[in-house]
Amino acid sequence: MTMLGDRQQLAYIASQAADARVNVELETEGMTLNIGPQHPATHGTLRIIARLDGEQVVWAEPSAGYMHRGYEKLTEVRTFPQVTALVNRIDWLGSFANEVPFILAAEKLMGVEAPSRAQHIRTILFELSRIANVSLFLGDLGVQLGAITPVFFAFRDREYVLNLIEGATGGRFHPNFDRIGGLKDDLPAGFIDETRVVMKKLRTFCDQIEDLLFGNEIFQSRTRGIGVIPKDVALSYGLSGANLRASGVDWDLRRDQDIPMAWNKTDFKVITHPDGDSFARCWVRLQEVRESTKIVDQLLDTIPAGPVMAKVPKIIKVPEGEAWVSTENPLGEMGYYVVSQGDQGPFRVKIRSASFNNISIVPWLLKGVYVPDIITILASLYFILGDIDR
Amino acid sequence: MGLVDRGRLPKPLTSLFNMGRSYSLWVYQWGLACCAIEMGAAFGSPRYDVMRLGVIPLPASPRQADLVVISGTVTDKMAPAIKRLYEQMPEPKYVISMGSCANCGGPYWDSYSVTKGVDQIIPVDVYVPGCPPRPEALLEGIVLLQQRIKNEDMGARWRGEGTKSMNIVDGESAEKGGVPVVVHN
Repeated sequence: MTMLGDRQQLAYIASQAADARVNVELETEGMTLNIGPQHPATHGTLRIIARLDGEQVVWAEPSAGYMHRGYEKLTEVRTFPQVTALVNRIDWLGSFANEVPFILAAEKLMGVEAPSRAQHIRTILFELSRIANVSLFLGDLGVQLGAITPVFFAFRDREYVLNLIEGATGGRFHPNFDRIGGLKDDLPAGFIDETRVVMKKLRTFCDQIEDLLFGNEIFQSRTRGIGVIPKDVALSYGLSGANLRASGVDWDLRRDQDIPMAWNKTDFKVITHPDGDSFARCWVRLQEVRESTKIVDQLLDTIPAGPVMAKVPKIIKVPEGEAWVSTENPLGEMGYYVVSQGDQGPFRVKIRSASFNNISIVPWLLKGVYVPDIITILASLYFILGDIDR
Repeated sequence: MGLVDRGRLPKPLTSLFNMGRSYSLWVYQWGLACCAIEMGAAFGSPRYDVMRLGVIPLPASPRQADLVVISGTVTDKMAPAIKRLYEQMPEPKYVISMGSCANCGGPYWDSYSVTKGVDQIIPVDVYVPGCPPRPEALLEGIVLLQQRIKNEDMGARWRGEGTKSMNIVDGESAEKGGVPVVVHN
């Protein structure tokens, strides 16, 4: 360390004193910033109350419940097939993925297993809804950071995937296609060839977004090193999905658990990133779209022949018991704990949705960040309001 | 616009103004749930492209907007905020209720926390049914609203007599003036 001369020391002390004086004179009052509940760029309504000191957040808390629709209570007055139509709308971007764990739980209770063709098609549709979900995230990410172009790309290429889902299920948005014991229908003619073409388009879309957005200097400087979630914190807050993998945890329910779906017949990489910052979370999601397109391609090659529906009675009565099934949904781990008492409808359903746990880290994460970074961090955490409030 | 205030604007001039108004709607998007994605597809995607109808999405504030699209489930917790922002919009203002949830509660018709229809809080001009409606349905709703605006007696609205039809353009009769329109899809 170099020693300062007397004069330099005096100057230093004087400057410190001047700073202190300025700080006393310009002392800022705390301010409460209310973000939401309504914002034109969002779909859904999250309110975040942040107390600021100047530009920095001192305290922040999400106020959920503006989208609470009472799913868990409604499931008690619906029959099992009716619940499928309801849970479609929890995570509205990846609708088909919401049906699967519930149906699997009901099948587990009944002791039915879907035919392997149905399992394959379920997995294909599951991955398609993941692609539809995350590709919109990639476009929306640009909008949140002030770039309008990516959203046009995202909506353009998402339409192709939605057309596929509509062609197969009849529902563009909410398929309601899963049945206890299989699927409502087989795939339509020409679905496989069309899907291959679309998957190629989606890979091009990923390249474009990577060049356009992730290679952008502004994007990188706004996301790199911002909103860092260390591994242990991510685990202790119960994060799941890409948010957890971006913190370096190698965790993927598609690979790790043995459920009657076709993922174990495919070969895919689980993408992780060591950094845990906003950039890592976005990057992991982008790579996951790529992996999903590869999974779909592999599954298209190996669809077995056979029926798509197992033998189940027309009026479904689920025997007494309790079952828990969770899957790796686009947003993270989504699970249903179904309690049945032998009736046509469930006695109680506990829904574990990914976004609710992902958003629980917000008060910890927003402490000390600057106001513009709030938006970046929230965008990169990627929640869907129906998934938070249910 | 003193003539308009007193409701004494000649009909040809009114229809000229109405044409201008109907093709320069600023839409305030109220994206609440699933429908917001389809609204986003209608407003922000190259395939549907609402701007060719003369509708401009994303105003900076509801105070600049002419039209609000309520898309999605209105919950009891959200309802006061909707009413408040609706009241901040300047007259003349229009409301499109998009999707079953905003129309009547939709799949949550027996839920304890959902408002069964946004028309319980604010007046609705056009209902777009569907769960969620396709973007094309929303576009049709906007076209129907534009027809209504072209037909409107501006003076009556300024005098506080509500929406009255002038019956200049075909499509809507004078008696149907204040009755909401439903998109048939």
